[in-house]
Amino acid sequence: MSDRRNAVSATRDEVEDFLYREAALLDAWQLDEWLALTTADCGYYVPPNDRPDADHRSTLFTIADNHARLVERVKRLKDPSAHAEYPPSRTRRLISNVRVTESDGDTVDVRANFVVYRFRRDDDRREFVGHYHYKLRRENGVLRIAERRAILDGEELGTLGAVSFIL
Amino acid sequence: MPEACKATVRPRAAAIGHEKPPLAASAALLYLPYKLNAAMSDRYIVEDRVRNTFSLSRETLVSPAVLEKECRAIFDTCWIYVGHASELARPGDFRTRQVADRPVIFCRDKAGAIHALLNSCRHRGATVCREREGNARQFMCMYHGWTYETDGALKNVPGPDAYGAGFDKRKFGLVPVPRLEHYRDFYFACFDNAAAPLTDYLAGAKEYIDLVVDQSPSGRMEIIAGVQEYDIKANWKLLVENSVDDYHLPTVHSTWLNYMKNAGVNVRPPKEEGLLLPSKGWGKDLGNGHLTTDNVNFRGRPVARWISIYGEEAKADIEAIRRELVARLGEERATRIADTNRNLIVFPNLALNDGSSVTVRTFFPTAPDRMRVTAWCLGPAEETATQRARRLDAFLTFYGPGGFATPDDVAALEAVQQGLAAWREVGWSDMSRGMAKSAGEQLNTDEGHMRVFWRRWSELMDRAG
Repeated sequence: MSDRRNAVSATRDEVEDFLYREAALLDAWQLDEWLALTTADCGYYVPPNDRPDADHRSTLFTIADNHARLVERVKRLKDPSAHAEYPPSRTRRLISNVRVTESDGDTVDVRANFVVYRFRRDDDRREFVGHYHYKLRRENGVLRIAERRAILDGEELGTLGAVSFIL
Repeated sequence: MPEACKATVRPRAAAIGHEKPPLAASAALLYLPYKLNAAMSDRYIVEDRVRNTFSLSRETLVSPAVLEKECRAIFDTCWIYVGHASELARPGDFRTRQVADRPVIFCRDKAGAIHALLNSCRHRGATVCREREGNARQFMCMYHGWTYETDGALKNVPGPDAYGAGFDKRKFGLVPVPRLEHYRDFYFACFDNAAAPLTDYLAGAKEYIDLVVDQSPSGRMEIIAGVQEYDIKANWKLLVENSVDDYHLPTVHSTWLNYMKNAGVNVRPPKEEGLLLPSKGWGKDLGNGHLTTDNVNFRGRPVARWISIYGEEAKADIEAIRRELVARLGEERATRIADTNRNLIVFPNLALNDGSSVTVRTFFPTAPDRMRVTAWCLGPAEETATQRARRLDAFLTFYGPGGFATPDDVAALEAVQQGLAAWREVGWSDMSRGMAKSAGEQLNTDEGHMRVFWRRWSELMDRAG
């Protein structure tokens, strides 16, 4: 156990910087730059509200993208015909309670809380509250996202409606 | 054979100049004494079978009075979907949910029988089960501790000595919904004791439910874990229309079509006049207000039509699924199941979308301009882990609040609802696509199947007075 702790491959400072930069890219809709933060095998998941700990292979998720679909999702979101996000929502992400929970070789397990405010003209402000669970991997010395799980706290999506932007 | 069984030229329509019932009509209605009880058969829809026009009053989509009336005239008289038998696998299993504004415990008792009990203590009214789901030995009210068996019978009352001889425990069980019947494991409640049996009510919809259920070798489909519950800021009837409206596919879902194309799926419409979609499809009237699309499949099916998006490694497996279908059902029926996709509406508010996967979707109004949607994924009980994962993945290519298509449907319906705020000036929507053609020629991009819904809706509303 202590050996593993000593083998920490990223400090919280480094991880926080990484998460804040990621949040800034997403809030600025710099989606290609954001995609560049992901590994070639990156998965992006939003579990269903009633089964936050489930496996997407046996449970219906809200989002379960492999990297290929994530690339397509970004393409879609940049297209003005992605009506749910055109004009693009304004979002503001507050990331906190960042914890490096496990390290194993090149991979770091990270958890952080989030509130994502989302604004659209003629619509109510929507607040997405939950926590992230990341697997970050160091590739050529640089941290990248190997897995990104956005877990919502709400009992249902309810008034949040859709998860049409990258949460 | 004309498209509508009750084709009529309605008198008022003629009187107000029907090509534009809109402004004149809505203004006229506005200044008429507002009588909900009057027999106004053309109050909601104005149909001209000679000129082939069909106008829908936008008041039906914005009015609190209409919502109040349809709660009684529609939701309290029709069979309303409650849940699926597979959600209650073991004795004591329960799910709580809202059904037509009532809190309901959908449960399986100790002996294995399925119930839909109104979740309201017979003592003072509190809900006696407050969890989403689980397995219970009994339901105990948290207020004063009245305890009920899983079949609803009142089991125990704390301090029974205080009750007189007139208090009969046997008369204080949880009240079941007045009627609960099922068709092939789909359970429906009806709050009207006089209603026809479910199997009569379902009419031609049964054939399309069969096409779903027969995908399982044992005839056992199951609801897969993980529910999608989300609101849409739009009138509930707009989702009925949207679920079967293939006219909107090229415009609302171009990004989904691009995604399919990028994955190697052919999404070009064939060179046949009038086709807007990659394959031909029809809109059908199934009787009693039920309707469906019935399309030649281009988008792949877990059971059982391979497309490139599933990956090469899935090809042999999907072919094997298809062989099983053929062996069990014969070539013709196997083709019927595996080479078409169908979005079915069971009137009024259940959609079974059998396309990229199978969606069971029900929705209830919470206000004239808001609905609550609940959606599940359905699959054959005997699917392997690999097949199940493929089905769930295929589901998410299109459906659900994070899918590549549903969020844009939500955006479209919310845009409609915002536009409807001008209903006093822009009083009518046009739903006349395809009207000049016969019933058998209605395409999925026509609006014949939507007119089926609206005629039935209007009929029930009129019947209520």
